[in-house]
Amino acid sequence: MTGLDVDLPVGGPAAPGPKRDAALPAAATAVPPTDVEALRRGGRRRRGKATRLFAWVALALLGVVFVYPFVWLVSASFKPRSEVFDNRLIPETFTFDNYVQVWQEAPLALWLLNTVIVTVLASVTVTISSAMVAWGFAYFRFRGRGALFGLVLATMMLPGAVTMIPVFLIWNGLGQVGTLTPLWAGNLFGSAFYIFLLRQFFLGLPRDLFEAARVDGASQWAVFWRIALPLCKPALAVTLVFEVQAVWTDLMRALIYLRDTETFTVPRGLKSLVDAFGFGGEWHWEIIVTASVITTIPMIIVFFLAQRQIIDGVASTGLKG
Amino acid sequence: MTSTASRVGGGARQRPSDARQERERSRRRASRRNVRSALLFLSPWLIGFLVFTAWPMIYSAYLSLTDYDVINDPEFVGLANYAEMATDPKILLALGNTAFFTVVQVPLYVLVSLALALLLDRAGRASSFFRTVFFLPKMTPPVAVGVLFLLLFNGQNGLVNTVLGWFGIDGPAWTTDPAWVKPGLIFMSLWTVGASVIILLAALRNVPEQLYESAKLDGAGFWRTSMSVTLPMISPALFFIIIVNTIAGLQTFDEAYTAFFGAGNTTYSNDAALFYVIYLFQQAFEFLHMGYASAMAWGLFLVIMIVTAIQLIVSRRLVYYEGER
Repeated sequence: MTGLDVDLPVGGPAAPGPKRDAALPAAATAVPPTDVEALRRGGRRRRGKATRLFAWVALALLGVVFVYPFVWLVSASFKPRSEVFDNRLIPETFTFDNYVQVWQEAPLALWLLNTVIVTVLASVTVTISSAMVAWGFAYFRFRGRGALFGLVLATMMLPGAVTMIPVFLIWNGLGQVGTLTPLWAGNLFGSAFYIFLLRQFFLGLPRDLFEAARVDGASQWAVFWRIALPLCKPALAVTLVFEVQAVWTDLMRALIYLRDTETFTVPRGLKSLVDAFGFGGEWHWEIIVTASVITTIPMIIVFFLAQRQIIDGVASTGLKG
Repeated sequence: MTSTASRVGGGARQRPSDARQERERSRRRASRRNVRSALLFLSPWLIGFLVFTAWPMIYSAYLSLTDYDVINDPEFVGLANYAEMATDPKILLALGNTAFFTVVQVPLYVLVSLALALLLDRAGRASSFFRTVFFLPKMTPPVAVGVLFLLLFNGQNGLVNTVLGWFGIDGPAWTTDPAWVKPGLIFMSLWTVGASVIILLAALRNVPEQLYESAKLDGAGFWRTSMSVTLPMISPALFFIIIVNTIAGLQTFDEAYTAFFGAGNTTYSNDAALFYVIYLFQQAFEFLHMGYASAMAWGLFLVIMIVTAIQLIVSRRLVYYEGER
C-alpha cells in the first residue's frame, strides 16, 4: 500500500524502475499523492444552483468567523489601553501610539532581526541539505536503500520530547545555550519531512536526463547541482516556505535555549510580553496586541507571496506538524 | 589482468569469458564508486541522525534511569523515576488533561475540516478565495493564537461571550474556570483547521467523476453516494488527518503554555491547562529534573506508539486504498 512513487508519464527508464519501498511506516504512506491540479479546478460537477447558493452563504458566514479574530486584533492595536476590550470594530479613539510605544516597551526591532537571521539560516540550510539527501535516495541504487529510507520516515514519528533533553545537553556542552545557533544549526543535517517531499519530486524527473549528463562526463555533484536542483525549483520553494513558517512560529526551542532578552526571537519575545504585561503583570494589553499584529504580519505576507507553493505543498504532503 | 581488452579493436580476438569477467569487474568498480557517491549525498542526514536522533535516544533512555540536574553528574537510580511517575498526582492530572483534549479535539477538528472542505467543493469558483480565508489562521504564530485566546475568550468582556450574549447565553469564564479552560482551548484550536481543509479538499476533488456518474445511473441518492463513493475515496486522507492530529494533540504545548504558564502567571487556574508536554517541559527546564523528564518523554513515546498502532489496526479495516484488492 505504498502511495509513494509518483507515477508520472516518464520516458521509461532503461533500468527497472525504483522498487517500491517496503517497511515504510503506514502513516507516511497514508496520503496517496494527490493530483494537486485538482485543487485548481473549480467546482467539477454541475451542481444545482440551490446547492451552490447554500454553499456560498454558509462559506460567507464561516469566512467572517475565521477572519474576524484578525480584524479584532488589528482594530484593538489602534485603540488606547482603556478601550482594548470594547469589541468595537472601528476604534472609538483611533491612535497610532501603540505602534510608537511598542518599540520602546520592548526590543522588538532586535527580536525581529534575530528571527530573520534564524529563519534565513534555518530555511536555506534545511533546503540544501534535505535536497542533497533526497537526491541520494532518489538517484542512487544501493543495497538497503529502502530500509534506510524507512528509517528516515520513522524518525518523523519520534516525538521531539524524547531527544529534546540530550540535544539540549549537546548544545550546552558546546557552549551554545543562550545563542541563536541551536535554533537553526540542526538544519544542516536535513529534515525527514523535507527529504520525503523532495525525494518524491526527484523520482518524478526523467532519469535519462541524468544518465545522459553522466555519459557526457558531468560529475555526480554537477548532475545534482546543475541539472536536478534547477528542475526541482517548485519543491524547493515549498520546502523553503514551510520552514520559514515553522521557524518563525517556533516557541519551544526559543524557550529552551534563549536566556537574555536581547537574544529573543519574536515568539519568545511576545511570550515575555504576555508574562510582563498580561493578567499576571501590568495590564498593558494594547502593547501585547500590537506586538501580536507585528508578529503575525510577516507570515500573512509570506502566505500571499507563496500561496500556491503552500497550498500545493499542504495538499500533497500535509503540513509539518 | 589489466584492461587491455577494452582497447578498441582488441575485443575481436578476445575469449568471451575474459570479456565477461572484465565487464563484471568494471561494473563492481562502478557500483563501489556509486555507493561512495550515494553516501556522500546521504552524509548530512547520516551524521544528523547519529548525533541528533540515535545518540539522544540512547542517552535519554539512560538519563531516565538517573537523577540528573545538569550541574552534578547523573546518579543511577534504576526505575525510580518511572515508579515516581506512577504516584505523581500531576502526571495523572496532565495525562487526564491531554487525553481529554485529544479525544474531544481530534473528532471536532476532523468534522469541521470535512464540513468546510465539502462546502468548498461545492462553491465553484469562489472556493479559492475561501480556501485562503480558512488557511490564513494556520499561518498565525501559536503564541499569537494563545494571546487571541486570552482576549477573545475573556470571561467578562471577551468577544465570544459578547456574541453569546446576543443570543441570551451567559458565557462561561473560559480563561479562569477550570471546567471551561480546555473546551475554550479546543474551540480556539478549531480556528487553525486550514491545512486539513486543504488536504480533504484535494482528496474530494480527486474522486473520479465516473464513480459519481455510475452511482447516479444506479439510482443512488446523496446519502448513499456519500457513504459508498465519497467517504471510501477520501478515507486515506481522513485517516492521515486523524493520525497526524492525534499525535499533535498528545503533544499540545504552545497555545496553552502561552496563555497559562511561564513567568509570574499564577492568577489562573492553570492546573486545567497542564498538558503532558507542558509538565515535561517544566520538569526539564524549570526544575532541572532531567532524569525524571526523560522518563516522562519515554512514557509519552510509548503512549503515542500504542495509540498510533491502534489507529493503524483499526484503519486496516476502514480505510480504502486504491490498487488494493
